[in-house]
Amino acid sequence: MAILVNADTRLCIQGITGHQGSFHRGQMKDYGTKIVAGVSPGKGGKEVEGVPVFNTVAKAREKTACNASIIFVPAPFCKDAAFEAIDAGIELVVIISEHIPVQDAMEVMAFARERGSTVVGPNTFGVITPGQCKVGIMPNRYYRPGEVGVVARSGTLSYQIVGDMTLNGIGQSTVVGLGGDRVVGCEFIDMLELFEQEPNTRAIVMIGEIGGTREEEAARYIKEKMKKPVFAYIAGKSSPPGKRMGHAGAIIEGNKGTFESKVTALGEAGVQVAEMPWQLIDMLKKEL
Amino acid sequence: MKLYEYMAKELLGKNGIPVPRGEVAGSTAEAKEKTEEMDTPVALKSQVLSGGRGKAGGIKFAESSEEISEAAEELLDMKIKGYKVDTILIEEKLQIDQELYLSIAIDAVNKKPVVIASKEGGVDIEEVPEDKIVKRHVDPKWGVEPYISREIVDELDLDQIVSKQVTKIMKKIYDLFKNYDAELVEINPLVVSGEKVVAADAKINIDEDALFRHSDLPKISDKTALEKKVEEMGLSFVELEGDIAIMANGAGMAMATLDVIDYFGGSAANFLDAGGGASVKLTKQALEVLLSTNPNAVLINIFGGITRCDDVANALIQVKNETGIPVPLVIRLMGTNDEKGVEMLQENGIKAYRMMDEAAKKVVELAKGHKEGGKKGKKGADVDGNSG
Repeated sequence: MAILVNADTRLCIQGITGHQGSFHRGQMKDYGTKIVAGVSPGKGGKEVEGVPVFNTVAKAREKTACNASIIFVPAPFCKDAAFEAIDAGIELVVIISEHIPVQDAMEVMAFARERGSTVVGPNTFGVITPGQCKVGIMPNRYYRPGEVGVVARSGTLSYQIVGDMTLNGIGQSTVVGLGGDRVVGCEFIDMLELFEQEPNTRAIVMIGEIGGTREEEAARYIKEKMKKPVFAYIAGKSSPPGKRMGHAGAIIEGNKGTFESKVTALGEAGVQVAEMPWQLIDMLKKEL
Repeated sequence: MKLYEYMAKELLGKNGIPVPRGEVAGSTAEAKEKTEEMDTPVALKSQVLSGGRGKAGGIKFAESSEEISEAAEELLDMKIKGYKVDTILIEEKLQIDQELYLSIAIDAVNKKPVVIASKEGGVDIEEVPEDKIVKRHVDPKWGVEPYISREIVDELDLDQIVSKQVTKIMKKIYDLFKNYDAELVEINPLVVSGEKVVAADAKINIDEDALFRHSDLPKISDKTALEKKVEEMGLSFVELEGDIAIMANGAGMAMATLDVIDYFGGSAANFLDAGGGASVKLTKQALEVLLSTNPNAVLINIFGGITRCDDVANALIQVKNETGIPVPLVIRLMGTNDEKGVEMLQENGIKAYRMMDEAAKKVVELAKGHKEGGKKGKKGADVDGNSG
């Protein structure tokens, strides 16, 4: 069991012939993901390592019944690629590309909402259900099947924490990257809701950071709706206000989005917040 | 990207939103010349990219040509929050009957633009009580239709002549927000002056990721010279106040590294996000930037996903052999090809750790030692635990 992706996911890669697309096609294939189609305008009719390439997502969907898509196209063309996938009826659209204009991102999310597609990203490492399917760019070897759902705003930091979990024998049901941008498709709340309903997930780890109000919103949701235990680590305690800390979304403006406001809100909702990343492991060991 | 006030007002003016009559000057002589035909009194406003310039003395008023020259000279001599004042805006002083607040921003969680308006302008919006603020989300597909502005002004309870003008302005600033890929358009205060409504101050932030669509906009940066240089290399770099230089891969990882350093009693001088798949050449350049900031120690924290640890090791060895590393250097390597990377470093006399906490603890200790060593007049290399 899992959320968002599983062994039945049929993946289409938009931008399959590009540098990133072709590298990660290989990595995802090695992991066991069912890659059924690629899209690269003008290269329809070709094949990449046995994967048929189409000119449009609509054609790919018609011929291969793909139900998820991963986007590796340059930022200026990303809005178009995402609209194309959503309009073709793709249920899950994962946007890896970064530096997408925020107005474009808002339009993509509005269209996805209208059509009922789920968008993960932009600027995300993707989604992985260990042992079943990887739709993303995370390193293959740090994941192991298990009962902890993980949802994170940042890539390497989540690899670090998930890697620590795996080293300590704690497996994951699904690991999702929300993305580092201001406007992204999925929020902590959306993932918490899915994990709460997913019978094989016993606990959830949230990896947040300073900036925005995503963690505060999540805290409100956890307090009202969640029965499963939630653990969190928030990066950026020692970061000064007003500086953009590498992620577009990681900036403290005015009194919003501070480390303190996030930790306080989560604490009040009954979430155990780790001060240092490695402390999450001990908390999980006690729980499981 | 923040625009200077005078640029923001130029954009507003171009898009049909009333702004005060004003002139821009970069010297006292220019200020004198350009204001010859202006009526007094005037307001002189320093053009810097930080808030709170009024409180810092960056706004002055003048009644005569002599006073304009004096005020211009004083302002052009100022530094506000580290920003040197190079330009001033000289404007007709408005008669102020009422100050309103109006902005369009992005609500990240709702993924929609939001119009924020208040009858209490002129102060920081965070100081205005919630019940005095009207917030209205806008569907990005349709924008601000006239009825939306009517609903907002109705909530504000403004008089009829003012209402009409504010309604029009709202529609226009939304179009500007959309057409120029803004992240924020803020008019504060929007001043009612007699029968006219005028944007007395304005802030516009443009989305840097959308600048490819706006070749007509200038490229403005509030980054330090070093931050700019690193940005041109395609990496992300932030200057801070401590003494340990940090390189990590990934923004979240970099922030966590600062926290771990802080936890063990150290403080970061800066951080450099080497990104997902930095090459040997780029890693080498990154390390050279860090050393140029004269830290007391350097910590490299790499969790290799796409980044290959042997590439990082290779870059370090090259820097060590070519230019030397004058301060203690601690490396944490875990991930793709980490065994190979660690082995390469050890062969070259550089110690590498696998765990983040061990590495952080060590670098804090070495930074303190280096600092004290420096005070005693020793050379940095003498206390470099890794140079042997």
